[in-house]
Amino acid sequence: MPQMTLIQAINDALKTEMRRDPTVIVMGEDVGVNGGVFRATEGLYQEFGPDRAIDTPLAESGIVGTAIGMALNGLKPVAEIQFDGFLPPAFDQIVSHAARIRWRSRGRYHVPIVIRVPYGGGIRALEHHSEAPEAYYVHTPGLKVVIPSNPYDAKGLLIAAIRDPDPVIFFEPKRLYRAFRQEVPEGDYIVPIGKASVVREGTDVTVISWGAMVRICLQAIEQLEGVSVELIDLRTLAPLDIETILSSVAKTGRAVIVQEAPRTCSLASELTALITERLLLQLQAPVVRVTGYDTHIPYLTMEQYYLPDAGRVRKGIEKVLSF
Amino acid sequence: MATKATLQRESLVPFIQILGPDGMANPNDVVELGLKPHDFKALYRWMVLARTFDERALALQRQGRLGTYAPLLGQEAAQVGSAYALKPEDWVFPSYREHVVLAMRGQSWVQLLTYWGGNEEGNRIPEGIRNFMISVPIATQILHATGAAWAAKLKGEKSCAIVYFGDGATSEGDFHEGLNFAGVFKVPVVFFCQNNQYAISVPRTRQTASETIAQKALAYGFEGVQVDGNDVFAVYKVTKDALEKAREGGGPTLIEAVTYRLTHHTTADDWTRYRPAEEVEMWKQKDPIKRLRLYLEKQGLWSEQDEAKLVEEAKAEIAQAVAQYEALPKRDIEDIFQYMYAEMPWNLKEQLQELKEYLAEHGGDLPKE
Repeated sequence: MPQMTLIQAINDALKTEMRRDPTVIVMGEDVGVNGGVFRATEGLYQEFGPDRAIDTPLAESGIVGTAIGMALNGLKPVAEIQFDGFLPPAFDQIVSHAARIRWRSRGRYHVPIVIRVPYGGGIRALEHHSEAPEAYYVHTPGLKVVIPSNPYDAKGLLIAAIRDPDPVIFFEPKRLYRAFRQEVPEGDYIVPIGKASVVREGTDVTVISWGAMVRICLQAIEQLEGVSVELIDLRTLAPLDIETILSSVAKTGRAVIVQEAPRTCSLASELTALITERLLLQLQAPVVRVTGYDTHIPYLTMEQYYLPDAGRVRKGIEKVLSF
Repeated sequence: MATKATLQRESLVPFIQILGPDGMANPNDVVELGLKPHDFKALYRWMVLARTFDERALALQRQGRLGTYAPLLGQEAAQVGSAYALKPEDWVFPSYREHVVLAMRGQSWVQLLTYWGGNEEGNRIPEGIRNFMISVPIATQILHATGAAWAAKLKGEKSCAIVYFGDGATSEGDFHEGLNFAGVFKVPVVFFCQNNQYAISVPRTRQTASETIAQKALAYGFEGVQVDGNDVFAVYKVTKDALEKAREGGGPTLIEAVTYRLTHHTTADDWTRYRPAEEVEMWKQKDPIKRLRLYLEKQGLWSEQDEAKLVEEAKAEIAQAVAQYEALPKRDIEDIFQYMYAEMPWNLKEQLQELKEYLAEHGGDLPKE
């Protein structure tokens, strides 16, 4: 089985689906001739031509808006927004249209598009290149939101997203693009949307995370001695895999949520509410949130103070255990 | 191309008029339309139906029997003339004022009332009709039309898309992005701007310093044309030409139909706050329906009896639609939760159950307080 980085797995998923389904196209800024600024679309232009690996004008609303129109007329566009910080111009098209079209048309139309977005901090990038905006999209009814934490899941989730009949926001932790390799099967397989993964089983505390933070959590757990930690990688942020979350926290009685996004009104807030609403009497301690701060993510010289590291995760686990 | 009246000043784009406010037209220009007397009568009938529907919808709203409604009074020729040039395989992306366009494409008056009555079923476009739903956020649908037309081109289909928007929409970024993409990829789309002179209260001169809206097309690398939007013949002609060009691979066209909204922006608006009555009166003299009637009468194609008969038929048709609309069954609350996704996720199932239980506690509906 080939060893792949996460970015290679993304590329392999796109090729696999484009070979299988002639209605799948990729579109975005620099995705054609250049193969994408992260090389996610490397080789697609050569294999599938300029009509299926489309270099668009530099306009994010235009990319998503025309992708919606293409989807209405029978294509399956995978649109790339070059960086998380450039997703806001497309917000109106995503929220006012992509998310609503099935509902507004009472099922006559739907929008099977995937919006791929390199996501998050930790790569010493320029400002507006390190954002963690998942909460806006998880909050919006009608969208699915997916974020892999490893190459195997990245390929299987992206294929599942392309086949999904509803719009999927597909966040890719750019910090993990080339961080490590993993065995990734050739050809066709999916990782189902809506299913979390239990990365590590344990009995004392549940740590819930997603994206690049999953690796940070693993690092923290390995540093802790004498504590049995269950680690859940959500993989899909909307719809949440509530069963996996609740059955784990019901077992351990303690939950720590780790995210790189700012804290207020975040997915960590929603998870905290869901856990306390449903499991209050089984909880041994208040839910702990280890998150980015309610500031903008600092530029490269100080971003390490903002992003949760293994030490902060350890501290969160110790806090929930010592309550 | 007919150019009975061109603008006084030198213009970057042509201005097309065939049928003047006096009902006079150059016979050669009319022949060029390729339309027969039964087409003239069909155009006239749709315009009268549009106005009848509009008057009735306005009255229903005032009586509390319809929600907020956006009237089309004065814009009948722009809508009917353009829609008459479409083929069934073409896609239509409306804004929120194109009631008669949707009707001409096969959506029922009942369905339109259902939408404006606040029922999502009004957006369920019947299978086989290539209309998209009404778009309320301004200019956003321009990108969808470009995308749908682009897909048609990529798939090798001969269909086009037409998108309707107003003068205000031309200030939005999505207008620019939609035209820009269409120009770059040379997609078969017609951008149909009904310049009705006002975006609610803000006049056209506050949207752009351009002499015309049509000339904006030149910057995107394709043709723009200004047309007398109250002249149904000219609107039909420019739209048909633009669609034919698109079908043959000639790319997009921007049409600016110069017209006037003779009434409020919506039923929640009061036009007397922002424009003088004399201006409205001046535009009434250019009424699109009156001028086609004058033409038909001069041609001996229309009589008082024909008029009386049509008015009766239109009233009856709309009255029947109103009756059907008001007899629609009470809706199931599940409709709120349906169609969010192909499969309903757990949180929606849970919330639907929560609402059902709440209603059940009060005899099946909200508590009376």
